[in-house]
Amino acid sequence: MDVMPKWADVVLIPLVGLIMAFVLSGLMVWASGQDPWDAINLMISGSLGSTYAWGYTLYYATNFIFTGLAVAIAFHARMFNIGGEGQAALGGLGVAICCLYIPWPHWSLALIGAVITGGLFGAIWAAIPAYLQAKRGSHIVITTIMFNFIAAALMNYMLVGPLKPRGAMEPATGKFPEATHLPTLHDFFGVFGIEWSKAPPANITLLVGLAACFLLWVLIWRTRLGYEIRAYGHSESAAKYAGISPTKIIMIAMIISGALAGMMAINNVMGEAERLVLNNVEGAGFIGIAVALMGRSHPLGVLIAALLFGFLYQGGSELGLWTKIPREMVVVIQALVILFTGALDNMIRMPLERMFLALRRKRIVAEG
Amino acid sequence: MDFNTFLQILDATVRLATPLLLACLAGLYSERAGIFDIGLEGKMLAAAFISAAAAFVTGSVWLGLLAGIGASMLLSIVHGMASITFRGNQLISGVAINFLAAGLTVVLAINWFGQGGRTPQLSGGGRLTPIDLPFAQAVADVPIIGQIYAELISGHTILVYLALAFVPFTWWLLNRTRFGLRLRAVGENPAAVDTAGVSVIGLRYAAVAICGVLCGIAGAYLATALQAGFTKDMSAGRGFIALAALIFAKWRPWHALGATLLFGFLQAISLRPDVIEAVLGFKIQIQLLDALPYILTVVILAGFVGRAVPPRAGGAPYVKER
Repeated sequence: MDVMPKWADVVLIPLVGLIMAFVLSGLMVWASGQDPWDAINLMISGSLGSTYAWGYTLYYATNFIFTGLAVAIAFHARMFNIGGEGQAALGGLGVAICCLYIPWPHWSLALIGAVITGGLFGAIWAAIPAYLQAKRGSHIVITTIMFNFIAAALMNYMLVGPLKPRGAMEPATGKFPEATHLPTLHDFFGVFGIEWSKAPPANITLLVGLAACFLLWVLIWRTRLGYEIRAYGHSESAAKYAGISPTKIIMIAMIISGALAGMMAINNVMGEAERLVLNNVEGAGFIGIAVALMGRSHPLGVLIAALLFGFLYQGGSELGLWTKIPREMVVVIQALVILFTGALDNMIRMPLERMFLALRRKRIVAEG
Repeated sequence: MDFNTFLQILDATVRLATPLLLACLAGLYSERAGIFDIGLEGKMLAAAFISAAAAFVTGSVWLGLLAGIGASMLLSIVHGMASITFRGNQLISGVAINFLAAGLTVVLAINWFGQGGRTPQLSGGGRLTPIDLPFAQAVADVPIIGQIYAELISGHTILVYLALAFVPFTWWLLNRTRFGLRLRAVGENPAAVDTAGVSVIGLRYAAVAICGVLCGIAGAYLATALQAGFTKDMSAGRGFIALAALIFAKWRPWHALGATLLFGFLQAISLRPDVIEAVLGFKIQIQLLDALPYILTVVILAGFVGRAVPPRAGGAPYVKER
């Protein structure tokens, strides 16, 4: 029998971890001589107070939906894909090549093309470590870390060399053609007659992200393959006994993971920058880890956690703009969330379990 | 390429390999005891910042070094709590520590010094000075041997020699002492150590603490010897290169020296593209040199050249049977 009810496991523990992370960050802000309440108010108004603010929050959230889902699907197969950063960078390369070298007639076709190439490039970058894990037994965490650095060097090479337009100084590709520019949320909501700020970069990739959430949910909980992935994640030996091939599961889970991370580039490269610049991922691949942990690897949880981190990111830049609190504070909060909801999970779980046990005992005594 | 340029590159190799070596040995203690540590990078970065800050405020590099070790130890304790006491995921804990250091160093640097995430330049007593070994000046003119002695062997900071001394010491400690035997055993088969009546938790904490000290020295070296002060993200992936070197060395101290010297050499020649071109006769992309340590590690990990087998109990928290 489980010690705790399901809601406590799914909602209460991450929530307590989150609150601890926030309280600690608040204390740090307070110790630096700033008012934490002012800070949180500024963050809320700066990230949720207007459609302009929401536009940025949703833009960041879209990035984190993709990288969060990428980490989450790998977690289901008990695999820690720390390489989202590199896979997203390669996805950017795929999206850039797709937008620059194929004459798309319309953005909708370009979007489909970008989903395919971005996903494909990300998937390839994840497939190599996956193969090495499945066939050669090399630890996926170490290989994906190494692949992040190799990706950084490769992107560096591509952007100062082959992809840079002739005569340009900056290490970046040229601007993508007009036909590949994705509609922003301003255009999208305009169709329904809703006023939406024109400035922020949020674009219809958000819808692709929401679709990815739903499809991943279907895959994990409504298909045979998803069942096999979860079974493998729970017990490798049991899965083997049931005739599930570990190689197949590792490869498939990591390829989906890499493809999701790669698709993030549709949002930031195709939707926002409309060209490929150096270091385009900006740590979003790593934030995916926090998002997946926070969201308990469930697509809905990932969606909520991605929104939360979108809020943190946009709120954090507002803080950096208007107060003396640097925007790197967000990195600290992110680290604390990973620490409390991931590594120190048992620190929160153990006392809570004890509490629930005590409550149950009391109830049994009262009834008996 | 003349002999002097060659010596200069080797000299740079030693300087660049030192932080890698210290971090690599740090990881070696931790991982041989069964605690994976991908937080080497974060610990180095935290130590670099705190040591630079303390050295600037007190004007003493030694107090800076101590403070840096303290900062690194603090993060080690967090890692120990997460992975030993609360039996959490060691990899996730390492990731958290890396971000904690990356964020906190900048936040604190801006708060304390207001220079956009860096410490003020260190000078005088705030920096480590090179040591001239005896007779270095006298023999500098002797061809080859004298030059090697004066240019390459002499004239490094004390931490370089300390790092080199740690290699035989680590070998001796791990392979010739009771503590070392137990430390290795706890990484291979903790249950056996527990049955023998030795505390698994105590040993693992000891290993994590040693790791903290060494990462602290590595970080302090970055900020007070290699450069004069802390700059944002100054560890620049060295913690991960050290991790790669550890795998490359298959978790053995002497091999760790070789691996870190190799990776240090790659860093040193990537600073001198003119020399590469002169020697090879063609250009090599700098990016390829940057990526080479990681590519080599992947090749080793894949088992195409030798096989890297990590300590058997690595990454798994120990649960005493009841």
